[in-house]
Amino acid sequence: MKMSVQVHRGNSNSRNALVGAGVLLLVAATLPFWAPAGNASSWMREFVEIACYFTFAMMWNLLAGYGGMVSIGQQAFFGFGGYVMLILANFAGVNPFVAVPLGALAAGVIAVPVSFVAFRLQGGYFAIGTWVIAEVFRLSFGNVSAVGGGSGTSLTALRGIDKATRETATFWMALACVVAAIALVYLFLRSKRGLALLAIRDNEVAAESQGIDVRGMKLAVYVVAAFGGGLAGALYFVGNLRISPDAAFSVNWTAFAIFMVVIGGIGRIEGPVVGALIFWALNKFFSDYGTWYLLGLGLLAIVVTMRFKQGLWGWVQDRRGWSLFPTRRQLVMED
Amino acid sequence: MGALLATIGLTAFYGDAQALFGIDFELGAGEMVAVIGANGAGKSTFMKAVTGLVKTAPHGIRFAGEPIGGLPPGEIVKRGIALVPEGRRLFPSLSVEENLLMGGYSKRAGPWTMERLFKLFPILAQKRDQPATSLSGGQQQMVAIGRALMSNPTLLLCDELSLGLAPIVIKEIYDALPAICAEGMTVVIVEQDVAMAQQVSQRIYCFQEGRVSLHGRSSELTREQISQAYFGIGSEEAPHA
Amino acid sequence: MLETLIQGLLLGGLYCLFALGQSLIFGVMRLTNTAQGDFIILGAYAVIASLGALAISPWLIAVLLLPLAFGFGYGLQRQVLNSTLGRDPLPSLVVTFGLSIVIQNLLLQLFSADPRSIETEGFNTQSIALPGGISVGTLPLVILVLAVAATAALQWLFNRTHVGRAFRAVSDDKEIAELMGLNAHHVYALATAVAFVLIALAGALQAMRTTVAPSDGPLLLLFAFEAVIIGGMGSFWGTLVGALLLGVTQQIGFRIDPGWGIWFGHIVFLAVLVVRPQGLFPKTRG
Repeated sequence: MKMSVQVHRGNSNSRNALVGAGVLLLVAATLPFWAPAGNASSWMREFVEIACYFTFAMMWNLLAGYGGMVSIGQQAFFGFGGYVMLILANFAGVNPFVAVPLGALAAGVIAVPVSFVAFRLQGGYFAIGTWVIAEVFRLSFGNVSAVGGGSGTSLTALRGIDKATRETATFWMALACVVAAIALVYLFLRSKRGLALLAIRDNEVAAESQGIDVRGMKLAVYVVAAFGGGLAGALYFVGNLRISPDAAFSVNWTAFAIFMVVIGGIGRIEGPVVGALIFWALNKFFSDYGTWYLLGLGLLAIVVTMRFKQGLWGWVQDRRGWSLFPTRRQLVMED
Repeated sequence: MGALLATIGLTAFYGDAQALFGIDFELGAGEMVAVIGANGAGKSTFMKAVTGLVKTAPHGIRFAGEPIGGLPPGEIVKRGIALVPEGRRLFPSLSVEENLLMGGYSKRAGPWTMERLFKLFPILAQKRDQPATSLSGGQQQMVAIGRALMSNPTLLLCDELSLGLAPIVIKEIYDALPAICAEGMTVVIVEQDVAMAQQVSQRIYCFQEGRVSLHGRSSELTREQISQAYFGIGSEEAPHA
Repeated sequence: MLETLIQGLLLGGLYCLFALGQSLIFGVMRLTNTAQGDFIILGAYAVIASLGALAISPWLIAVLLLPLAFGFGYGLQRQVLNSTLGRDPLPSLVVTFGLSIVIQNLLLQLFSADPRSIETEGFNTQSIALPGGISVGTLPLVILVLAVAATAALQWLFNRTHVGRAFRAVSDDKEIAELMGLNAHHVYALATAVAFVLIALAGALQAMRTTVAPSDGPLLLLFAFEAVIIGGMGSFWGTLVGALLLGVTQQIGFRIDPGWGIWFGHIVFLAVLVVRPQGLFPKTRG
């Protein structure tokens, strides 16, 4: 008796979600026009900040959850993107908004030589090794007086533009980055490359025996994650207007990314989304508590890792079968 | 007959993949039984299930009348089952002597001591301080057997003793078996070499794709019966013992 | 030049104590403890806090702290870290990273960000005169001696004792070790317990030698890690040599320009990683 089998990628839930996301995007893009005058500025700035955290977390998720490479040094590319953007804008007269993708590009490029060193290590030691590299970046930039050395410098190139225009442009750029980050990761993972990546993640040796170029794939993911990290960094400092080595290369960026991804659920696209929302909410209500807040974040990350290995979204997904950005292929039997 | 080891409808899984589909197996004290079958037939899984390395249902396996399915490996060693693992799996960071000492970790009483092992395999006494994995394949197999014997088991399981060894070395290993069985040790050997298995054992079980495809007295089974059962052609059952 | 070398070696002694615990834990159970440095600082603050409450010598407090550290390490491994072990390095990384953040903020809350140190009544400024007109700090020298002693003791523990044999066996092949009757969870916890004794010792000495602040942990972690990698994984004497090399490298860097000292250490580490990734004295097994 022959059974026909179909491969399904989405279901009604994901299609609804896609429509919903489109509506949301439209609403968000028009925010500068409908937001109350007193709030527009702060809302936009808040969004830019969370967009940077989110984009960075998405890239960390791509690297760790799909590439199988856990890094505590992605902040190297975050800061590098920021500094390249600033250098191009301040010294080469490039429009800062154009300099943002250029900074991202630079981060992607520098990831190649960095990988020669970083890929010498595996697993937990790879993680710490990337941290050392990030520290080298931090100390190096901290010793360059042209960009203010240890105390940093300001983004002077935006001085001429009025606040409203600058903030709106930054906001739209941030929105574009968020959409681009989600789209990039989603399309990448749905492609044949993505399947190869999942195969590598599940069993590297088996994947290699199937003819998959493991090293090439890992490098590709590392470079893409660096690009995304640099994008987030460049965008952040366009919004922040001031850069310093400690802010640019702080390990906290990765700490927050890890938090968002782990709480939300690693290896799933919705994970960082859920994690970023939770993080934003926690930040909004508790960040005034300073050290207690951070302590709580740390404890939460520990508990979720130990109890909910799939993160909170992963837990929900396992229970309800929901998937908003489906990358898995489901086999559906049809008689 | 009071079987020393008996499995009834034993099933075992690796995650979601089922490896054993209901194995019925029986072994009396003092017997030497061989388990044969192609790669992937489930022989090693069976060994792992008996020794607790693979989890199974509690009553699927009975040893000396007690259910042992699902117990941790350390507990099963204490009860008197020892495994010579497939591929030897000696500890590379330990010397020959230290590997043997690890075998005696559970401190079961019995006739086997390091001195007695060195009498059985004199070459090991010479190499006692060398890293265990620096020895030749055959010598490593001796260490692995010795390590299992150090726990003074009543049931010894040997998984693919001849794997990767030259024929002359295989003969040397199997020549030592009578000395091991002299005091009534019960032995199960898993073997790829069917002729050797038939030669040394009293009964044979043939596994095929996770099931018993043939069992009977070694002296009574024909080549044809065995190869049919080995490869799963037709379904034969030999006259019962 | 000789003085730089000697200062570097003395510094390396302390780095060795930072690194031994990490080397031990990674060697036995492949766990990367990203909170290593923070636990060292925690140990330092434990001594400092006890000093405030009890009026006895800091050396005595440090010694009394060691068995407590042993118990703490054992409990931490059994209750928290054992469940993070496995093929995936992420859970142990996230959990230890989380612990790092928890410790830093807890210390910040309890002690504020002001650097603190342990009063040794001038011991930390005493020095011994060596031939050639060089004077060597007594405390750094004691630290170096303790580092060498600790390395030798660990090596002895691993090679000559029942426990060390268990460590090596469970690290080689956990499944087969359990087949022999070993309780892997207990053995792992013993390893962490020993590592925490070293951590507590390192913390106490660090606070005597210089000041400590709640956020100092991560940098100490990096030094420990670099020492282990340079020396080669799987070898305690290798860790000692790696630590000494790191100390000397940093001192040379400091000499050239104070701002570049640590940077130079990082660069040399990365260079060793590129040229000889297995380190200087790697154990042959994978």
